[in-house]
Amino acid sequence: MIHLKNVHKRFRRPEGGWFDAVRDTTLHIKAGEIFGLIGFSGAGKSTLLRLINLLERPDHGSVNVDGRDLTGLSAAELRRARQNIGMVFQQFNLMANRTVAANIAFPLEIAGWSRADIDARVAECLDIVGLADRAGHYPAQLSGGQKQRVGIARALAPRPHVILADEPTSALDPKTTQSILDCLQDINARFGVTVVIVTHEMHVIRSICHRAALLDAGEVVELLEVTDKQVAARSALAKSLLEVA
Amino acid sequence: MDEQLTLAQALANLSDLAPEIWQASAETGLMLAIGLSVAIVVGGPLGILLYLTQPGQLFANRAVNGVVGWFVNLVRSFPFIILMVSLVPLTRLLVGSTIGPIAAAVPLSFAAIPYFARLVEQTLREIPRGVIEAAEAMGASPAQIIWKVLLGEARAGLISSLTILTISFLSYSAVAGVVGGGGIGDLAIRYGYYRFQTEVMVAMVLLLVVIVQIIQFAGNHLAARLDKR
Repeated sequence: MIHLKNVHKRFRRPEGGWFDAVRDTTLHIKAGEIFGLIGFSGAGKSTLLRLINLLERPDHGSVNVDGRDLTGLSAAELRRARQNIGMVFQQFNLMANRTVAANIAFPLEIAGWSRADIDARVAECLDIVGLADRAGHYPAQLSGGQKQRVGIARALAPRPHVILADEPTSALDPKTTQSILDCLQDINARFGVTVVIVTHEMHVIRSICHRAALLDAGEVVELLEVTDKQVAARSALAKSLLEVA
Repeated sequence: MDEQLTLAQALANLSDLAPEIWQASAETGLMLAIGLSVAIVVGGPLGILLYLTQPGQLFANRAVNGVVGWFVNLVRSFPFIILMVSLVPLTRLLVGSTIGPIAAAVPLSFAAIPYFARLVEQTLREIPRGVIEAAEAMGASPAQIIWKVLLGEARAGLISSLTILTISFLSYSAVAGVVGGGGIGDLAIRYGYYRFQTEVMVAMVLLLVVIVQIIQFAGNHLAARLDKR
């Protein structure tokens, strides 16, 4: 489903010189799985996630999603490909002047859906995330957990095959965190959407992921398998993250 | 010269001037309408360009941003009255005359374009980068990002900017009036200053005070209604 081959991304440091955020990394994510990217801050996990929908363009290497090499696409083709890849953000990134329903409608407007189809799909998505009674509210009137549900509904609306979640629960309290994770797991189970989730908490991995990649200094240092909510860890780094959790 | 002007006389004088006051108000309105329309149509896109070409934005381009920014600063550094005089040839070319509210609207528009461009740029900066990035991630085109995200999210700030622009240019239009543009400021100078009819000066200033209060109130009200943050 998602194949990253030898992707490399470096950034220019403001004080001069270069910083290799992702180093020559290869990663395969299967269709229908919930895949975690875990590591301490600065490990390159967010950059790696953003390489999947080309929010960051790799310096070299290829990004293949759903059978298409994204790095070779024209701007218009990439926009169409992105409509198949939903994204959920730590800070929600909702449009403050749009109602909940209008926020969820946004990706559908972009994709050129008819008004009637948009209304029907928005209602469906509001139901899926349990916010049917909040359609006319504005983001400022919602709690953090509710905002993230809107973010998830918005990502889900165009029926994408992939959802990328960048620390979706890091701005939320533990109880809300669990409900958001359950929501993502529910979507994965019901619609078979492949979910890639960035986190620094082993708890998130144990709770919903099937597999995860442990990142350190821009490289995948260990692939973690999750069975019965237990993570088998070999590296010292993975063990230290398990201890924190 | 020593005669006391009674209130009754002052009001009688003003009522004699009523047709001229009415005409002056219409001229001021015309100057503002033209200047503001041009500011929105030309200055608005210029402001969006200034914002989008900043480092880290959608069309980050140091050269374009530098050139446009330099031009905007250049026009804004002219004192308005000097800008007016230097634009006399252009005004004559465009309007065929340098007298009257339409002629005065040329330098007004010219000054309003960079003014509004900067206001738009500042307003757009308040939109969180992440919101624009979310739209990019959803596959929005640059045009969709501009219309639906930038203008949609900044709409309250843009109304406030337009309010500031309107009030500033109400006073610029008074300057333009003195050099043959007509309008409320011109009437105040001609009667109130040159003919020592202080009551006309006072009445015109009061009229401007009322207009400014109304514009500010309407602007605040509309901006508050549009702001859902």
